[in-house]
Amino acid sequence: MHLSSLARALCAATLFSCAGAAMAEAPGDPTAVKQDDLGKWTDAKGDPTYKIEPDGNLDWFAYSGFRRYHSECHVCHGPDAEGSSYAPALKNSLKTMSYAEFVGTVVAGRQNVTTSQTNVMPAFGDNKNVMCYLDDIYVYIRGRSTGAIPRGRPAGRVDKTDKATASEKECLGLDK
Amino acid sequence: MRKLLLLSCVAATALFASGAAFANDDLITLQKDAKNWAQPAGNYNNQRYSALSQITNKNVKDLVPAWSFSTGVLRGHEGGPLVIGDVMYFSTPFPNIVYALDLNNDGKILWKYEPKQDPSVIPVMCCDTVNRGVAYGDGKIFLHQADTTLVALDAKTGAPLWQVKDGDPSKGSTGTSAPLVVKDKVLIGVSGGEFGVRGWVSAYNIADGKLAWRGYSMGPDADTLIDPEKTTALGKPVGENSSTSTWEGDQWKIGGGATWGWISYDPELNLVYYGSGNPSTWNPVQRPGDNKWSMSIWARNADTGAVKWIYQMTPHDQWDYDGINEMVLQNQGSKKVLVHFDRNGYGYTLDRVTGELLVAEKYDPAVNWSTKIDLDKSSKNYGRPEVVAKYAPGSAGEDVNYKGICPAALGSKDEQPSAYSPITELNYVPTNHVCMDYEPFRVSYTAGQPYVGATLSMYPPPGQTNMGNFIAWDAKTGKIVWSDKEQFSAWSGALATAGNVVFYGTLEGYLKAVDAKTGEELWKYKTPSGIIGNVNAYEHDGKEYVAVLSGVGGWAGIGLAAGLTDPTAGLGAVGGYAALSNYTALGGTLTVFALHK
Repeated sequence: MHLSSLARALCAATLFSCAGAAMAEAPGDPTAVKQDDLGKWTDAKGDPTYKIEPDGNLDWFAYSGFRRYHSECHVCHGPDAEGSSYAPALKNSLKTMSYAEFVGTVVAGRQNVTTSQTNVMPAFGDNKNVMCYLDDIYVYIRGRSTGAIPRGRPAGRVDKTDKATASEKECLGLDK
Repeated sequence: MRKLLLLSCVAATALFASGAAFANDDLITLQKDAKNWAQPAGNYNNQRYSALSQITNKNVKDLVPAWSFSTGVLRGHEGGPLVIGDVMYFSTPFPNIVYALDLNNDGKILWKYEPKQDPSVIPVMCCDTVNRGVAYGDGKIFLHQADTTLVALDAKTGAPLWQVKDGDPSKGSTGTSAPLVVKDKVLIGVSGGEFGVRGWVSAYNIADGKLAWRGYSMGPDADTLIDPEKTTALGKPVGENSSTSTWEGDQWKIGGGATWGWISYDPELNLVYYGSGNPSTWNPVQRPGDNKWSMSIWARNADTGAVKWIYQMTPHDQWDYDGINEMVLQNQGSKKVLVHFDRNGYGYTLDRVTGELLVAEKYDPAVNWSTKIDLDKSSKNYGRPEVVAKYAPGSAGEDVNYKGICPAALGSKDEQPSAYSPITELNYVPTNHVCMDYEPFRVSYTAGQPYVGATLSMYPPPGQTNMGNFIAWDAKTGKIVWSDKEQFSAWSGALATAGNVVFYGTLEGYLKAVDAKTGEELWKYKTPSGIIGNVNAYEHDGKEYVAVLSGVGGWAGIGLAAGLTDPTAGLGAVGGYAALSNYTALGGTLTVFALHK
C-alpha cells in the first residue's frame, strides 16, 4: 500500500513541478529523442512521447496506452479518442494541452456544470489503473492527436521490457 | 378485426381483474384503460402493447406531429412518458427534472421538479447520465435519481413527500432505472457493474419510504434471499451458498450483477421478474468460477423478495453480456411464459411459473460466441451455453486479443425494450448487429473508480454495413419471422398496437411505423435528435396519440458517435461507416403525433 502512496506522491510532485512552467502551452515536436531504461521515450522537451519503429511497430508504452485508454477513458471520450455525444475528443484536446495540464486534469478532474451543460471529469488520482499508466495513456493520445497513430488497434508493438514489467507491478502493488 | 381486439381487451381486463384484490387497485384500474400509459412499460407484463386502434397500418401514413416540448436537457434521453388521465409525466437525464404536462392545454407545465444532486455522480455513470422514467402509484410519482435517491412526489403538485437514499455513488452505485410500483411497494434496481458494485433490488413502502426488503445479486443466502431448499434453478433446489461457492474468496463483494433494467410483475403469481448484469471485472481471468448469480433471470415474491426460481444464462461471463434486458410476460395458450432477449444474442422462452427452459435460439444469425444452449435435461450442461473457445476472452489467458466475437459487448440487444402483440403473437425486437475484438487484462479495484479491465473495438459483422435490425420473433419456435435492416443499432423501445402497427425510433432520429405482420415500412418522421427513448401511445379527448422522447446519447452515443473502425480494412483504417454525428446532434425533445384530420 505504501508503494501506491509513493506513486501518488510522485505523480502529484510531477504535476506541481511542471505546472508552473508549462501551463497552457501546446505540446512541442513529438519526435522521440531519448529512451529511458524502462523503454519509455521522451521528446526534446523531456515530455513523454510515442515512437513508431521503421517496421511500423508501436513502442510498448503507446500500445499499453491504447489498452488502458479503452478500459478507463473511452466510456466517456469515445473509441480512439474520437469523443462521444457528451465528452470531448481528446485527440483534439491534446493539440492545445501541455503534458502538465493533462496530468493535472486526470489527477484532479474538472467540472463544467452550467445551465446548459453537465460535463464532469472525475479525479483519477486514487485509481491505480489510471495513475500507473498515465504516461502510457498520454503518449497514445498524443499519437492520435498528431495522426501518427491511426484509429483502431495498433497493428504491431515492441515487447515490454523486464524493467517495465517490474515497475508496473511495483506501482500496482502486485507481488513478485 | 374489431371483435378480435375487443376480445383481447376483455382477456387482458380479466387477467388484471383477478389480481386487483391483491394489487394496488388504483394502478390496476388505470392500466386496464388503454387511454392511459400508466406504467413505464405500459403495463405489468412489459409487453409495451397498446389496445388503442385508431391509428392503423392503413392510415398511419397520415400521422403528423401534434405538439412538441423541449426538455431543456442535452444528454441521452432513454425511457418515455407516463400518461395518467389528463396529465403526462416524464423525467430527463441528469439533473433528472420531472415534468407534469397538462394534456388539456397543449402540454402546458403543471409542475416541474428538479432535485439538487452533487454533480460528482455524473462520471460514476458508466454510459451517459440517462434516466429511464418515472413510475406512478397511490397518487404519487416516483423518481429514481442518478445519486440513487428515490423520491415520492405528490402527483398533483410535485411536492416531495418522502425520499430515501438507496446506495452510495462515491462507491460506484448510481440510479438510472425506472421504478415499478407493486401493491404497497415501489421497487428499484441499481447501476454500477463497471465500478464493482454488488447489485441488488430494493422494495420500499410507498406510504413512507421505509425499506421493506432488499435482495442482492450475489453473496450469502441471507443477502440474496435465496432459500437453499425452496429456490429452484431449472427445476432443482439450488442448495446452500449457491452464490458464494462460485466465486474465489471474497470477490463476490465487488462482484457486479447490477440490476438496471426493467422489472415486470405477474399479479396472479405475485412474482416480480428482472435480470442481473455482468460480473465485475470485464477481465474473466481475475474471477474464476460461474460468478453466480450474475447474468441471471430472477423470479422473486413481490411481498418478501424470496426467490422462487432463478436461471443463470451466461455463467462466468467473458463478454459483458449483461442479463438485465426486460422480461416480457405473455401467454402461449394456457401456458404462462416469460420471453427474454438477452445481450448474449439468445431469445429465451421460459415457463414463468416454474422457471423451466422451453426455447433458447439466436435472434441474430451473426451470434458466434456459442453454438447453442444445451436443452438436454439429462446433460450435465443442461441450460448452459456451448462456448466457442476462440471467441471466449480469457480462454487462452489475459493480455490476448480475441477477435471477431459476435455480438459485441453492447449485446444483440441492450436495454431498449421490445414489444409484444397478442394479436399477431409476435415479439418486436430492436437489435444491435455489431461484433468486437476483446482483450482482457489485469486491473485493481478502488472503490468508486471504474473496474473494467478490457479493451474492446467494435464493428459491423464482416461483409455487412448495417449495425442494427428491427425484427419480429416467434417465441414459440424461436425463429425470426421478418427482419428490417437499420444503418445504426436500433436503440429505442418499441410499441405494438391493436392497429397492427409497430413503432420504433432510430439513432439518426427517425420515428418509424412498420406493418406488424410484414415489417413493411409504412411511415417515418425525423425528430430533432437521435432516438434512444421508448415509444408509447395514449388517448386524449377521443384521439389516439403516439409520443416519444428524442435526444441521442447513452452507450450508443459513445460507441457510435464517432463511427466504428473496420479491422478488415487493414491496419486499423477507418471503415466506410459514416459517423452518427453526421446525422444528429444533442438535445431532448418530446414529440407527440396524431392523425392529420
